[in-house]
Amino acid sequence: MPHDSNSKLLVMQGVRKRFGGVVALDGVDLDVAAGEVHALVGENGAGKSTLMKVLSGVERPDGGVMSFDGLPWRPAGPVAARRGGIAMVHQELALASHLTVAENIMLGSEARQGFFRRFRPLDRRAARRTSTTALSRLGHDDLDPDRRIDSLSPAARQLVEIARAIASDAKVLVMDEPTSSLGREDAARLLGLIGRLRDEGLSVIYISHHLEETRAVADRYTVLRDGCSVITGQMNEIDDGGLVEQMIGRSLDTVFPDRRGPAGEVALRVRGLAGRSLPRTASLEVRAGEIVGLAGLVGSGRSEMLRAIAGLAPIVEGEIDMRGVKLERGESPGHRLRQGLGFLSEDRKGEGLALRMTVAENLLLSRLSPVSIGGVLSPRLMRRESQRWIERLGVRSGQADRRVSTLSGGNQQKIAIARLLHQDASVLLLDEPTRGIDVGSKVQVYELLDQLARDGRAIVVASGHLPELIGLCDRIGVMHRGVLGPLRDARRCSESSLLSEAVLGGDAVEEHAA
Amino acid sequence: MSGSTSLTEKSPGTDSWLVRAGRLAAPFIGLIVVIAVFTALEPEAFLSVRNGRTIAIQTVIVGIGALGMCFVIVAGGIDLSIGSVIALASVVAALVVDGGHGATAAVLAAAGTGLACGVVNGGLVTGLRVPPFVATLGMLGIARGVAKLLADNQRIAPPPKALGWLEGFVDKTPDIGWLLVAPAVWAFFGVAILAAFILRRTAFGIHVVAIGSSESTARLCGVPVVRSKIIVYALCGLGAGVAGAVMLGRLGVGDPTTAVGLELSIIAAVVIGGASLSGGEGGILGTMIGAFMLSSLDAGCNLAGIDNSVQGIIIGGIIVAAVALDGFRRRG
Repeated sequence: MPHDSNSKLLVMQGVRKRFGGVVALDGVDLDVAAGEVHALVGENGAGKSTLMKVLSGVERPDGGVMSFDGLPWRPAGPVAARRGGIAMVHQELALASHLTVAENIMLGSEARQGFFRRFRPLDRRAARRTSTTALSRLGHDDLDPDRRIDSLSPAARQLVEIARAIASDAKVLVMDEPTSSLGREDAARLLGLIGRLRDEGLSVIYISHHLEETRAVADRYTVLRDGCSVITGQMNEIDDGGLVEQMIGRSLDTVFPDRRGPAGEVALRVRGLAGRSLPRTASLEVRAGEIVGLAGLVGSGRSEMLRAIAGLAPIVEGEIDMRGVKLERGESPGHRLRQGLGFLSEDRKGEGLALRMTVAENLLLSRLSPVSIGGVLSPRLMRRESQRWIERLGVRSGQADRRVSTLSGGNQQKIAIARLLHQDASVLLLDEPTRGIDVGSKVQVYELLDQLARDGRAIVVASGHLPELIGLCDRIGVMHRGVLGPLRDARRCSESSLLSEAVLGGDAVEEHAA
Repeated sequence: MSGSTSLTEKSPGTDSWLVRAGRLAAPFIGLIVVIAVFTALEPEAFLSVRNGRTIAIQTVIVGIGALGMCFVIVAGGIDLSIGSVIALASVVAALVVDGGHGATAAVLAAAGTGLACGVVNGGLVTGLRVPPFVATLGMLGIARGVAKLLADNQRIAPPPKALGWLEGFVDKTPDIGWLLVAPAVWAFFGVAILAAFILRRTAFGIHVVAIGSSESTARLCGVPVVRSKIIVYALCGLGAGVAGAVMLGRLGVGDPTTAVGLELSIIAAVVIGGASLSGGEGGILGTMIGAFMLSSLDAGCNLAGIDNSVQGIIIGGIIVAAVALDGFRRRG
């Protein structure tokens, strides 16, 4: 596209890709100018990841034209793409955790030097220099290039990934959900960094489920739906509602369900709970029919508190009782589960689901007795029982015998929640129940949780997404450095009040108010 | 386009019958290749009834071990000690017979020895959190050493006829003609069916698969991870013990230096049968075919006069090829 090449650094036109009978990309147009942050938004499965795989040479397109810097763009693979000027910063961080920062930044570039030269000793000083240069461009020359990756926080690892891209002279950075493993502060810092890189003339393709984030960082946007690019434009000319409507292809009246009626008896009571390091002290009461939210920064102890209650982490101090029955310390997760406690892990792929097993097996694993006859599993009953849950939760195209890894993120999450229902949990502890799932599925999860609360279950939701907590919960508590503050009525919470309590702690906020 | 969900689901959701058949086809094809090669080399001898019976009883020794190993590998572990434990069990059984006790006592002693070794393996893996590779590598040395100590570095040769029913049980030409092969072979089939049933149709079996697939998920779902793992290693040890008794019946002596490197064949049988060394996958039928293939290979090599060392090279190559094939299949 010669007439485009002046203003547009990267142009993709009519890109198509099919996998067997499934059309993943059905004519996508995307153009990115030099020095712009371009948001790529769309539901899970809309084709964003496939498009980026095509761009980085992981997948070959079946049709369409791509040009980069005025020349046809046909990278042989991710490494070739990075050398050509387009670098991916991965959602699941792709770093060698046993190597140092500098080694990771240089990784792959040594191969350029020919077969035999790669066996020469590395020029450590040069590697360190390159790394320091890249890191200081990111404003992080404080990061020691000799530290091993596994000693770094997720935020620092992300920086290393970006530094690697910069060190290879990339002109376009592709960031796929870069904040998913970061806390709020680190995420904000990352967004600032992206802005700075843009000002230096770098282009960024930014993929995220968080519309606020996208809005904060992007100049323009392109919406993908069902493998097509449906609209592209200036970010400041569309509001969140408009974006969501474009993403799901219908208007979205209410995201959050209406408030429920008064709650029932106390179902879960936690007093002075302390774990080995986190939480330091946490007390709360959750009534049947109530949804309680746990806010707090990443690392504040939200997850650790839920894990301790679920028997997955040791309890050092404190008491827990469920419906008046005291839960003893040191009991196994299985024991807690039989007492009616259900726990949803924030790490869906690592812990929440056994990805190699089928939908039915994942769904039924925690309680196999209803699908057994005389101690023998009945495949017929397993299929019937899981089919029942699949239909009830509206999991699309979810046959019981599929591997659960083949479902979309939203459907996987529904399977993980369905397991808690199958095990007949009356108290649900949900850690980040909507992480990494698309907007449509989020709405369905909200509706489901509301229905479960109305059915008399007591629900605790830990989430880093404050609008979600405010919209969904009845009461919200904020965890600050391992200490859980008092639960407050969600209607009287605002994002700013919760955030300041999460950052500063409850006492500081009250002093400030007084 | 039915919906956006289908887009992410590009990989085949359900394993189609073709894929499943393919998983079993690999060991079958391997088996056919082995049979074809040796039939070509030694047409008369390899296809003889006598050789068939030899292969059948040989399959029992590899196969009994492989059944337990299948559970261990599906649970995401490995047991390298199995060859040594077989030797130890055969020595213990021989000593029991030598001490004037009957065959039943000998078999029980062998089984108990294997079971004890398995429980120790399981305890090391779960209690002390030693990686299975290391724990069972340790046991490989320990069991072999104990076997040599007990036998005073000699073969233990019980008096003739002292083995009683055990001899007839594993005799490749059975007294009762219509059995065709040794009674032990039929017993082995029975045990294999039982094992398949346990793995596929009981809660314990699903728990084993879940542990191998994702241990943290299994814990989250209330699976008794520690207990299940100990049982799995104990089963493997038990299998090794019984295989030791069969070994004694076959050889007539308890030999502390027997079954060196047999763990290689046993692991190969399980992996050829479609199990994944990273856990969560594997089946009894495949394992049986794998065991049959390896004992055919063994018998064929003996007939064709191929040296033992060459056999080791072939089996080693087969393991690597099977795992590479598995990885290739996985990437599609």
